[in-house]
Amino acid sequence: MSSAYLYSILATATIFTLLALALNIITGYAGQAMMGIAAFFGIGAYTAAIITTNGGNFLLALLAGMLVSGIFGAVLGVISLRLQADFLAITTIGINFVMVALFNRLKITGGTLGLTIKKPVLFGVKMNNTYFFYMTVILIVVLCLLLGKMRRSWFGMALASINNDPGAARSFGINVSRYQILAFTIGTAVAGLAGGVYAHRMGFISSSDFAFVVSIQAVSMVVIGGLGTLRGPIFGALLITSLPEILRFADDYRELVYGLLLVLMVRFMPEGLIGDDSPVWSALMKLWRKFVPKKKTRADLIAESVEGGR
Amino acid sequence: MFLQQLINALTIGSLYALTAMGATLIYGILGILDIANAGAYLVGAYLGWYIYYGTGSIVLAFLLSMLAVGLLGILLQRAVYSPILAKPHTLSIIPLVAAVGLFTMSSDAVRLICGPNSKAYNLKFPVETLRVGNVVILPAWLMIFALTAVLLVILWFILNKTKLGLAWRATAGDAEIARVCGVNTDTAMALSYILGYGFAAAAGIMTGILYNSITPALGEVPSYKMLAIIVLGGLGNPMGTVVAGLIIGIAEVFLSVYTAIPIPKDAIAFVVLIIMLLVKPDGIMSRKNKV
Repeated sequence: MSSAYLYSILATATIFTLLALALNIITGYAGQAMMGIAAFFGIGAYTAAIITTNGGNFLLALLAGMLVSGIFGAVLGVISLRLQADFLAITTIGINFVMVALFNRLKITGGTLGLTIKKPVLFGVKMNNTYFFYMTVILIVVLCLLLGKMRRSWFGMALASINNDPGAARSFGINVSRYQILAFTIGTAVAGLAGGVYAHRMGFISSSDFAFVVSIQAVSMVVIGGLGTLRGPIFGALLITSLPEILRFADDYRELVYGLLLVLMVRFMPEGLIGDDSPVWSALMKLWRKFVPKKKTRADLIAESVEGGR
Repeated sequence: MFLQQLINALTIGSLYALTAMGATLIYGILGILDIANAGAYLVGAYLGWYIYYGTGSIVLAFLLSMLAVGLLGILLQRAVYSPILAKPHTLSIIPLVAAVGLFTMSSDAVRLICGPNSKAYNLKFPVETLRVGNVVILPAWLMIFALTAVLLVILWFILNKTKLGLAWRATAGDAEIARVCGVNTDTAMALSYILGYGFAAAAGIMTGILYNSITPALGEVPSYKMLAIIVLGGLGNPMGTVVAGLIIGIAEVFLSVYTAIPIPKDAIAFVVLIIMLLVKPDGIMSRKNKV
C-alpha cells in the first residue's frame, strides 16, 4: 500500500471521526435522537466551499461553516423541545432529505453539478491528504480535550442528568431546554466543521455526499463503538471507514455484511463494542487493572478507614 | 384534467397508505420505527414476480408472497426485534438502527440474488382501459383501489371484530396492563408483523404492476416516505395512516403539477410533515381516536 493511498484513507477516517464525535454530543451525551447529522455536515461543507471558491480564507471559511451549521442546529434544538424522541428521529430524517434536495436544486450550491473546490493553502503549504490528516487529528485531540472537560463541568453533568431522566433533571432546577439547545448547537457546529474540512479535502462535493446514508453511517459508527463515550465513536469511525478496505476481497457483499454487522451489533451488544458495560471493554479494563493497580481516591481511603475502625 | 389528476393522486395515495400500514401496526405494538418494512415491500415485489412467472397466476403471486413475507416478519420479530426490546436501552434509535441494518441487507440480498437489472411484470388485464369523457382510468388503478379497499376492510374487521384484534388494541393501548389482564401480547406482536409485512408485500407487487418495473432500489423511497406518513397519521393509528397516505398522494401530485416548488416530489412528504409537526406536534389524529 503506497503511503499516499494510506493517507487518503486516514484523512477520510479522521474526518468521519470528527463527524461521529459531533453526533455523539447530541445523541450520546444529550440523548436526543438525531438521524440527520449529514444535513449539517453538508451545510458546513457548502458554506466553507462557497467562501473559499469566492476567494475567502480557508480557516475563516471553516469557522463560518461551523457557525452557519451551528445556527441551523440551534433552530433544530428549539424545534426538538416540542417533539418526543420518535418524532424527532423522523423530523431529522426529513430535514436530511429536504436539505439534500435543496443542495441539489439551489444555484449557489452548484445544483446537480456540485461544487469544485481548489485545494487550500495553509501557512504557505498547499494542503494534501497528509496535511489534512494531521490537521484533522489536531482538531480531534482539541475536541476530545474540550469534551473531556465539558463532561466534568456543570454543563456535562446537566446533560447526563437530562439523558437519564429529563423530568427528574427539571425538578432539580436544571434548565433542560437551554442545555438541550446548547447540545444541538455544539454538535451541529462540530459537524459543520467536519463538513468544511471534508469539502476541501475532497476538492469536489455534490448533494449525494450528504445523503441520508451518510447520517446512517455516522449513527452506526457511534452505536457500534459505544454511545456516550469518547473512545466509542472514535473506534467506531475508524472501524467503519476501514471496513471497505478490509472487506475488499468481498467487495460485492460489502453492504450485505455492513447491514448484517449493524443487526448483530444492536441485537447482541447494544452498548457498543467498547462502550461502558460492554463485555469487551470490561475484559480490557480488568486486564489493565492487573498491570496498573487502581490509584486510591479520597473516597476509597475514607471507606478503608471506616472499615478498619469497625 | 383536475379529475384525472385526482384519480391519479388517489391511486398513489392508497398505495402509500398500504405501504405505511405495516409500519403503523408495528409501531402501535412495539414502538419501533421499522424501516425494514420497505425491505418487506421489496422482497414481496420480487417474490411475487417469481411466483407470477412460475405459475402464471397473479392471484397466487399475491397470496403466496404476502404469506411468505408475513412469516418472514414473524421470524424477524422473534429473532431480532423482541430480544432487542427486552434489553434495557436508553435510546429509541437502537431498534431503528437494527431496522436500517435489516433494510440494507434485504436490498443488497435482492441485488445479489436477482441481479441489478429491472424486471417487468407485463401483466395483461382482462378489462380494457376505461374512458369516461376525457378521464382515463387504467385497469391497474382499478385493481389497486379494489385490492387496497379489500385489504383495509379485512384489517378493520380483524382489529375490531375479532378476539385477536381486541388483543391487538389492548396491547397497543398499554402492553403492561394487557399482559396483566391475560392478553397474549406475543400474539398481538405476531399479528402486527404478519399483517404489516404481508401488506407491504402486496403494496410492493402493486407498485411493480403499476410502473411495470421492479429494481433492487424499489424500497429506498418508501423506506423514508413511510415514516413521514405514519407520523402524519399519528404514529400507530391505522385509520390516520390511510388519511395521511391519501393526503401525501394528493399533495405530491397536485403540488408537482400545479405549482413550481423547487423541491423534488419525494421530499414533499417531509416538507408537509415538518410544517405539520410545528403546528400540531401530535400528528393529524392523536392516538386517542384509534380505529
